[in-house]
Amino acid sequence: MPGLTFEQIHQKLVEKFGDAVGLLSPPKKDPFCVFAAPRLREICRFLKDAPELYFDFLEDLTATDHPKDNLIRVVYHFYSYRHRHLFIAKVELDRKDPQVDSLEPLWKAANWMEREVFDLFGVTFKGHPDLRRILMPDDWVGTPLRKDYVEAGGYLGISNVRDNPLDLYLNMDRQVRAEKAAAEAPPAPSTAPALAAAPTASPAPEHKAES
Amino acid sequence: MKELIDNLILRWGHDPATWPITQGLYLAGMMLAGIALTTFGAIFAGLLSWWERRVAARIQSRIGPNRVGPGGLLQFLADALKLIGKEDLIPSSSDKLLFRIAPYFVMTGFVLTFVVLPFGYRLSPSYMNVGLFYVVSITALIVVGILISGWASNSKWALFGGIRAAAQVVSYEIPAGMVILVPIIMAGSLNLHDIIRAQGGAPWDWFMFQTPMGYGAFFILFVSLLAEGNRTPFDLPEAESELVSGYNTEYSGMRFAYFFTAEWGGLWVSSALLTTLFLGGWQVPGVSIDTLTRWEAAHAVPWWFYLMSAAVFLVKVLALVNVIVWIRWTFPRIRVDQMMTLCWKYLVPIGMGLVLLEALTEVLSFQIFGEAAKGQAKPGSARDMLHLAFFLIAGVLPLTAFLMKTFKNIQLTGDRVDLSNW
Amino acid sequence: MSLDQLIITKFGADADHEMILNMGPQHPSTHGVINFVVQADGEVMRKAVPQVGYLHRAIEKIGEIVTYPGFMPYTDRIDYLAAMFANEGYALAVEKLLGLQIPPRAQYLRAISCELNRVASHLVSLGTMAMDIGAVTPFPYALRERESINDLLEALCGARLTYNYHRIGGVAFDMPDDWMPLCRKWLDHFEKILGEWDRLISFSEIFVERLAGMATIPAEMAINYGLVGPNLRASGVDFDLRRDEPYGAYPDFKFEVPIGKAYAGSHRGGQIGDCYDRFYCRVLECRQSIEIVRQALDRFPPGEFMAKVPRKIKPEVGEAQSRIEAARGEMAYYVVSDGGERAYRVRARTGSFLAMGIIEEVSQGLMIADLVALIASLDVVAPEIDR
Repeated sequence: MPGLTFEQIHQKLVEKFGDAVGLLSPPKKDPFCVFAAPRLREICRFLKDAPELYFDFLEDLTATDHPKDNLIRVVYHFYSYRHRHLFIAKVELDRKDPQVDSLEPLWKAANWMEREVFDLFGVTFKGHPDLRRILMPDDWVGTPLRKDYVEAGGYLGISNVRDNPLDLYLNMDRQVRAEKAAAEAPPAPSTAPALAAAPTASPAPEHKAES
Repeated sequence: MKELIDNLILRWGHDPATWPITQGLYLAGMMLAGIALTTFGAIFAGLLSWWERRVAARIQSRIGPNRVGPGGLLQFLADALKLIGKEDLIPSSSDKLLFRIAPYFVMTGFVLTFVVLPFGYRLSPSYMNVGLFYVVSITALIVVGILISGWASNSKWALFGGIRAAAQVVSYEIPAGMVILVPIIMAGSLNLHDIIRAQGGAPWDWFMFQTPMGYGAFFILFVSLLAEGNRTPFDLPEAESELVSGYNTEYSGMRFAYFFTAEWGGLWVSSALLTTLFLGGWQVPGVSIDTLTRWEAAHAVPWWFYLMSAAVFLVKVLALVNVIVWIRWTFPRIRVDQMMTLCWKYLVPIGMGLVLLEALTEVLSFQIFGEAAKGQAKPGSARDMLHLAFFLIAGVLPLTAFLMKTFKNIQLTGDRVDLSNW
Repeated sequence: MSLDQLIITKFGADADHEMILNMGPQHPSTHGVINFVVQADGEVMRKAVPQVGYLHRAIEKIGEIVTYPGFMPYTDRIDYLAAMFANEGYALAVEKLLGLQIPPRAQYLRAISCELNRVASHLVSLGTMAMDIGAVTPFPYALRERESINDLLEALCGARLTYNYHRIGGVAFDMPDDWMPLCRKWLDHFEKILGEWDRLISFSEIFVERLAGMATIPAEMAINYGLVGPNLRASGVDFDLRRDEPYGAYPDFKFEVPIGKAYAGSHRGGQIGDCYDRFYCRVLECRQSIEIVRQALDRFPPGEFMAKVPRKIKPEVGEAQSRIEAARGEMAYYVVSDGGERAYRVRARTGSFLAMGIIEEVSQGLMIADLVALIASLDVVAPEIDR
């Protein structure tokens, strides 16, 4: 059976669910439409089970963060192997407390993809059997892919910043020159303490370099 | 060896029975023999490690060790030096005593088999009447060591390896022990040297080609000894891709070397056993048992016969060792349940059947051939013709087919045989 | 959540006195740094719970920081074994946003480099699978052939692993003059090597017995869990993006799509969608890739290898998705543009990520040795999972 176009699929959805299905976006690039979040599971069940739609493959489940509109949009890409057609839908969630139904009972592929969105955006999926972090460590604080995410600067006390190596070497170079100049004036014995003093005289940059 | 020392004492003009230091000399002789055998085992294991690495590399289109010594021959010495110099690491949560003694169980079980293994005509430390029984029972010490090492390492992966090894080795003792009965029936003795004397030098005089039961028994024993030695396709206990080295994961340095010496040296033991039982041992082609008996009666066994027999034995054992190494780098590894199925559902019933059939054949053989059924067949006799026929069907034909297939494979790959950069 | 809490959640409250094993993250046969927490009853597993994230490098976040062309080397690292595909997917997504047409020569170069990379990636996958099952020899054979592919691709683009060859608008370099005969010579040689591979390992009795009937994934389950690529086709679903949703130069090529047919044979318990099918589909795909490269070389068009692309790439506001048939399945890139020089969101959905989700389900009742075979047959690589 030949696949339906975006418009035809959108038409069918509007016929069935009316207001819950938003308008199709202008078809400049990939057109998408926005579903109402409370009725997401119903609509998706229809998408999956209706024989002329039969979207059996949840191709992608991701999110985009829009702090300006105070929204997090969860993006769904559906594909049907039987009919070879594609559909893209979005759900708009409040950025303060994004919650939406989980699609895991319908497509098991959603299991890990929703976990990733939970991990990186902080969206809670209601009804997900095992919602926990997947890519970040389990005790990570924060949702990294949000636009206002501030880098943690380290994990468990181990820093992940260091000085610019060029600055480091320049500092070290200046220091060694200064010590050599100081060592020229008095005779030889002071070279040993000068060398011994070098590692301890600048703990801060080297410490940062090691971390 | 006792006679050797007795002869020495007599030559010095003393009576062995009454001389006070006879026992001391016996003890010294035993210790010397023990050291010599252990050294032989260790050096053979080292050289076999070199051979295995070269063969593996050439099979895999690589080169293998070629820096240390001519062709990399002294690589095993370099490895031994490195391993000796390593830190003696004992995991803090392991059972320290058991962890330490486990390798020694393995080494003991391995070295003690050398006591009865022949190296040539009258070249073995002892001529036990129950030599074969002794070998089978002493190799069971090895699995004790493996199990202890797996347990004492206090690591779940090591425990897995140890348990798999225990299951595997103990299971394959059964078909091995059963199939060993076939050459025992053929020869009528448990003494390894008598078994060899019952065979002959020519391939169709070997037990392997005398009867179909001997043929089948050879292959079953071969598979069982592979399994007992933890060699691929039965290397589940040390499966690198699953268990990260299994029972010897936590071992490093010389302790690790003990395990591997026992494994590679155990290949000599397995191959020597197979050669003794099925491939004619040290029998030199061309020297029949009548000639040998005549020489012995006149106390005039020529010196070159000792050398020839040792050389023949060495060649046979090395050929088998090479086949085992070859198999390791060709086949994948079977799974635990498949290994158990193979042993209990296939090898044990077939082994039992072979033993029964062999007993029947032996009885029939005595009925038909009478006294000529004992020992080596006279060249030209009816029994000899039967052996020759079976050898041609079961030995020459498969070997020729195998060689033809090998050359066909090489040609299909668009490759050619090139030994120039071996 | 700590490991103990994970164990209680996943395996039940009384599971802490059962044997819980940690397979990985450093392990010779998990493909990359992946951890499996396994509850084992002797050799048989109750369940294997994968834990990923050890190789997470925040590539998607980096996509929002660097410019559109500047992101191309990062796509290499999404799957460094099949880097050409990652390059191509991103380039296709941004070209869709820009509305660019790619000249045919560039499309053919893309197809050739991608198919060669597919063979290279499959060689690694097949070699490591054989090594995990215990046969060490096929792995150096596979790598030896892959060396030739690396040399060819190095002559083409200068790199052996992370190519950064495709550009937004075409490819970076043209084919050198002497490249085509070298490639043809290698193709002829490799076909014979595939025959040797079959004789050595594909039809080896022990190998087939290990994999036949193991971890069978039926077609509906595969679709529902989102398996893609050779994994999906081995379960019997006849779908290949190159044939069914073609992109680039693929409409010009004739090739077959190997599907799982219980190649192990029913006498050994082979079923459609078992581990052996997944393995053998990849072997067959190597053959088809050689066919495609031959056809591409035969019909190689003249012309430009790069379209006219503005100096600063600033697509208009919108979003685009591109799907390509990568070596490990369908890779989908979703690029959102806000009109600036840098992307608003770059998303790479990879095949290995979805394949990991099925392991927890399929591994119930398998043995630990089979878990290794399952992971190898699904051809997961850690960089694709974690990005």
